[in-house]
Amino acid sequence: MFDKYIVCEEGFTAREDGGVVEVRMPYYRGLTLSMVEAVDLVLDGKPVPSSRTTFTVHGNTYTFDQLPQVTDDRWEMGERAQLGFTTDEPLAAGEHDVTVVVRLRISYMPVPGGGRDSKRLTLAG
Amino acid sequence: MSIKRGVSLYSFQEEYFLRTLSLEDCIRVAGEIGAKGIEIIPEQSIPGYPKLTDEFVTDWFGWMDKYGTHPVATDLFLDTKRYPNRWLTLEEQVASVHQDIDIAVKLGATIIRAIINTPPEVMAAAAPYAEEKGVRLLLEVHAPFHYEHPWILQHLEVMHRTGSPALGLMPDMGTYVKRFPRVVSERALRDGAKPELVDLIVKTYDDHGDSHALMDIVNYRGGGPVDFGLARQATHYIWSDPKAMLPHMGLIGHIQAKFYEMTEDLTEYSIPYDEIVPVLAAGGFDGYLSSEYEGNRHIQDVYPVDSVEQVRRQHAMFARLLGEEA
Repeated sequence: MFDKYIVCEEGFTAREDGGVVEVRMPYYRGLTLSMVEAVDLVLDGKPVPSSRTTFTVHGNTYTFDQLPQVTDDRWEMGERAQLGFTTDEPLAAGEHDVTVVVRLRISYMPVPGGGRDSKRLTLAG
Repeated sequence: MSIKRGVSLYSFQEEYFLRTLSLEDCIRVAGEIGAKGIEIIPEQSIPGYPKLTDEFVTDWFGWMDKYGTHPVATDLFLDTKRYPNRWLTLEEQVASVHQDIDIAVKLGATIIRAIINTPPEVMAAAAPYAEEKGVRLLLEVHAPFHYEHPWILQHLEVMHRTGSPALGLMPDMGTYVKRFPRVVSERALRDGAKPELVDLIVKTYDDHGDSHALMDIVNYRGGGPVDFGLARQATHYIWSDPKAMLPHMGLIGHIQAKFYEMTEDLTEYSIPYDEIVPVLAAGGFDGYLSSEYEGNRHIQDVYPVDSVEQVRRQHAMFARLLGEEA
């Protein structure tokens, strides 16, 4: 329902070992993190394994192994979370194709919720 | 007593999500529109839920005073699947509802929307606490459910058996979709649905024909994922005579006034409020028509979303149907 807003156009930055892309949840309320089943990243056509990504909301950073146990913190509606990732090579300057797929476990829905968004982003200087 | 007008802040979700309207802005525009009764989804609008700070509560009542609005209802979600490997126990589910009752009380609301997946036994177990706290737990009657559906019948059995004044119903007007919402079929076309299948789905729905096998027929006609999605929608909306609410009027405490598209001539394209409001009036309903705009997600790919204008139009329609002075 908010798929087109998942990948934020701002906030895409490089780090020494990878980068950060800002992401929003495509849902109309906040969710406890244990119900965020996946925030999968595909960078320039290559899936980044979840073991190489981290998830940060309002300053709290989690691995995707930890997320299923986190029942006392939430991803708020419309909140920009930081999806951190490591890469083998430093990110090249310029544009990159970023796809993010979010999968949410929403109790009243018989099938997983979530959504997918792809954008071409330019690394912030 | 007469029917009152309000708004669920769910209606402004697009603007709130994008932070073009703050929570205070949402309450201000509701007041300006004349939707004085405020319904809030705490999990949507209150960062840090389930904790409510004293500062938030002070701001909340301050906004109500400032904009001439008043708290009416909150919504609860029951996250039975909170843990990945197990379902919440009955005790945990009841505790979750109790927590939401406490939040409603702090916000000054006396009505709680209990989401459709709330089990009847949880409603029964939570009723005494709701009674003690002076709030009503109203089960939303949401499409595709209706008053003869076994799930709703189980709830009705609990309501009648316990006779608890804290339990009741909150009909969602998405159960009175007479015409297929065109914002939905037009979106499907933009997303690549086959026009002949869209026609078939919309016509089947609008004729109130047999929609049960639509997914199969779409399959036989070579439909793709977008066509399947639309066919599923056609089985998720329902139409029945709004008079179906009359026998249950004693239990009905609040109305989710769902809408998809208010046209420029101030009518809802698919939901006949001119048939619904007289039924509520005839039944002696004196609660709130609480706007629930849900069209944003169907138009945001090509049009700017203006939820405030959509809610304003719905309230102009309500004022007319309720015979309020212009």
